[in-house]
Amino acid sequence: MTRTLPTTPAEPRPLEAHLAAYEAFERSATETSPPWLRALRTSGISYFAELGFPTTEHEEWRFTNAAPLAQFPFKPVHRALRNAVTAADLARITFGGLRACRLVFVDGHFDMALSELLPHSTGAVMGSLAAAIERRGDLVEARLGRAAHHESNAFAALNTAFIQDGAFIHVPPRAVLEAPIHLLFIATKPGTVNQPRNLIIAEERSQVRVIEDYVSLAGSAYFTNAVTEIFTGQDAAIEHLKIQREGTAAFHVATIEAHHQRQSRVLSHSISLGARFARNDINLRLDGEGCESVLNGLFLATGDQVVDHHTIADHARPHCASHEFYHGILGGRAKGVFNGKIYVRKDAQKTDAKQTNKNLLLSDEASINTKPQLEIFADDVKCTHGATVGQLDDQAIFYLRSRGIGEELARQMLIKAFASTVLNRITVEPVREELERLLEERLAQPNA
Amino acid sequence: MNPLLEITNLSAAVDGKPILKGLNLTVCAGEVHAIMGPNGSGKSTLAAVLAGRPGYEVAGGEVLFDGANLIDMKPEDRARQGLFLAFQYPVEIPGVNSTYFLKAALNEVRKARGLPELDAMEFLDLVRARMDVLHLDQSLLNRPVNEGFSGGEKKRNEIFQMAVLEPRLAILDETDSGLDIDALKIVAEGVNKLHRSDNAQVVITHYQRLLNYIIPDYVHVLHDGRIVRSGGKELAYELEERGYDWVTDHVKSERPELAAA
Ligand SMILES: Nc1ncnc2c1ncn2[C@@H]1O[C@H](COP(=O)(O)OP(=O)(O)OP(=O)(O)O)[C@@H](O)[C@H]1O
Ligand SMILES: [Mg+2]
Repeated sequence: MTRTLPTTPAEPRPLEAHLAAYEAFERSATETSPPWLRALRTSGISYFAELGFPTTEHEEWRFTNAAPLAQFPFKPVHRALRNAVTAADLARITFGGLRACRLVFVDGHFDMALSELLPHSTGAVMGSLAAAIERRGDLVEARLGRAAHHESNAFAALNTAFIQDGAFIHVPPRAVLEAPIHLLFIATKPGTVNQPRNLIIAEERSQVRVIEDYVSLAGSAYFTNAVTEIFTGQDAAIEHLKIQREGTAAFHVATIEAHHQRQSRVLSHSISLGARFARNDINLRLDGEGCESVLNGLFLATGDQVVDHHTIADHARPHCASHEFYHGILGGRAKGVFNGKIYVRKDAQKTDAKQTNKNLLLSDEASINTKPQLEIFADDVKCTHGATVGQLDDQAIFYLRSRGIGEELARQMLIKAFASTVLNRITVEPVREELERLLEERLAQPNA
Repeated sequence: MNPLLEITNLSAAVDGKPILKGLNLTVCAGEVHAIMGPNGSGKSTLAAVLAGRPGYEVAGGEVLFDGANLIDMKPEDRARQGLFLAFQYPVEIPGVNSTYFLKAALNEVRKARGLPELDAMEFLDLVRARMDVLHLDQSLLNRPVNEGFSGGEKKRNEIFQMAVLEPRLAILDETDSGLDIDALKIVAEGVNKLHRSDNAQVVITHYQRLLNYIIPDYVHVLHDGRIVRSGGKELAYELEERGYDWVTDHVKSERPELAAA
């Protein structure tokens, strides 16, 4: 294969800083780590060194330029500051009226003092990954790194190289957790990189709802590179709600890899409202017969925001369903990307896969690149997909105005209506209400 | 009495195409006017221009609503001043709840009239009473605006909104089309109940049938963007019997300068 040489130097790929940081981390923090974890980190850094940051030549990054991430000064946070988050801060960012177990992470590290664990008698374990590595090493070792593909995903590899802390949730068989678990990731330090690593295990027939929520106190730029691995056992039910409401200077990359066993039920949401740059990879592997999954998502980008969702519904076994609904709202000069893959493997007969991505462009300069990608190797399946890109309906706006409703309110009513079909699938009511309010607040900003 | 609506020599175009070509009409409080005319004569265009639909350019003439220049007002301000258009084709608005929509609309209109906003209970009481008049099922209120409504439900919903908003001038654009005779009677009854000495109604229709139930004081025939004939309610019967050709042929022979356009 021949390639024309670029006339200007290719984008710099400054891995040196990352590799040096890894070496320092390896020397300082790892003598207490078990050998299996050290091996996992080593594997992470070697893949990262090999893969490097993706460029737009990379198939999965064709429409989103990751250069700002590659160029972002690599200053990982290895220990959180005490008192970086005040009670008043916390009151402002927690969801009013939400009764939940709350695990707070400051710059990627668990903060016991800010957390609030409701008493429960289910035998479930929830807390920091660092603690779980010490106390439940066997459980963690068996799963950590088994779902995330750090051999092919550079950001997962970078996260793996620095695994230190994050959330750990283990729901034992048949345990039903009434109260949701709110994982609150608060970024406080400008100019740093935080890399939480989360592991969620819902054993057979258990039920749990997890809210994975990213917010900032830092107004200026920082970089979140999160990885979450989820395992649901046979007949288990999980609702996973990823919320990204970071400040509009933040860089955010999140990889969620979920493995689902026989007849499990999965409700996955991704609500992306903040960040200067947000990339979400949400991959569902349906590994057992009869899984039912819903992939539900809403992204809002205005001003100069970039938001990219890549999702995979991977049907490996027969009789599984994946129903995907992603809505995008793009204003200002924002750029959106949606790529939804549906894999139906040879064994996955009677697959029922459905995907829709609807996008609303609020300005002439906003854009969306949407692409369904179906790879089907079974013959007896039902797969549908559809994507739309449109503007607010002028007829509807006029109808509302003709009844006395002002133009701005009419527009907001229609935008909220567009968002509500997605938000209404969220079962945790106080969170849904707060998200509606946040959406409204964001839309009211002048650059929307 | 001061006219509520006074249209003088109005001409308007859509996409650069002239549709209204010098239209005159005066409506006073307490009156019911019917506007009839063949397909494409400009009836809905007139309604759209009065309601302020974007894309309808007024090329000349004047429209006064209660003495104020209507053309310069935003659509929402016209509604707040008491103008109401029952759409020929009501718009479906997925995701916008009917109750929420109507409450927002009513409170805007009340605010403009210097009335306090209604709370949820007061609003529901009002709405229930008005729904009964139009024999509308209350479950429609829990649904998105017009979404999945039958043709007849949509038309009744328009009149129901009118009943809630209590406009001073209502323009009903072919509210009768798509209604069976029972629904037609219900709608007409609703419209008649709303009729008072301080408001007025302009009923646009193709057929004389509706005018058996909503009795107009005046009937106008719109043809090629102008009102070419006006009369009392008997004009409607005449039209029904003789067809629109009768009027339009008349226009050609009597007033060739109009027909030439
Ligand atoms: N958006 C538009 N663009 C171009 N022409 C239009 C548009 N809307 C209406 N017209 C034209 O304007 C003329 C008048 O239309 P209008 O809808 O006002 O008629 P109408 O009298 O209400 O007819 P009907 O009895 O069918 O409802 C028609 O020739 C129509 O084709
Ligand atoms: Mg018409």
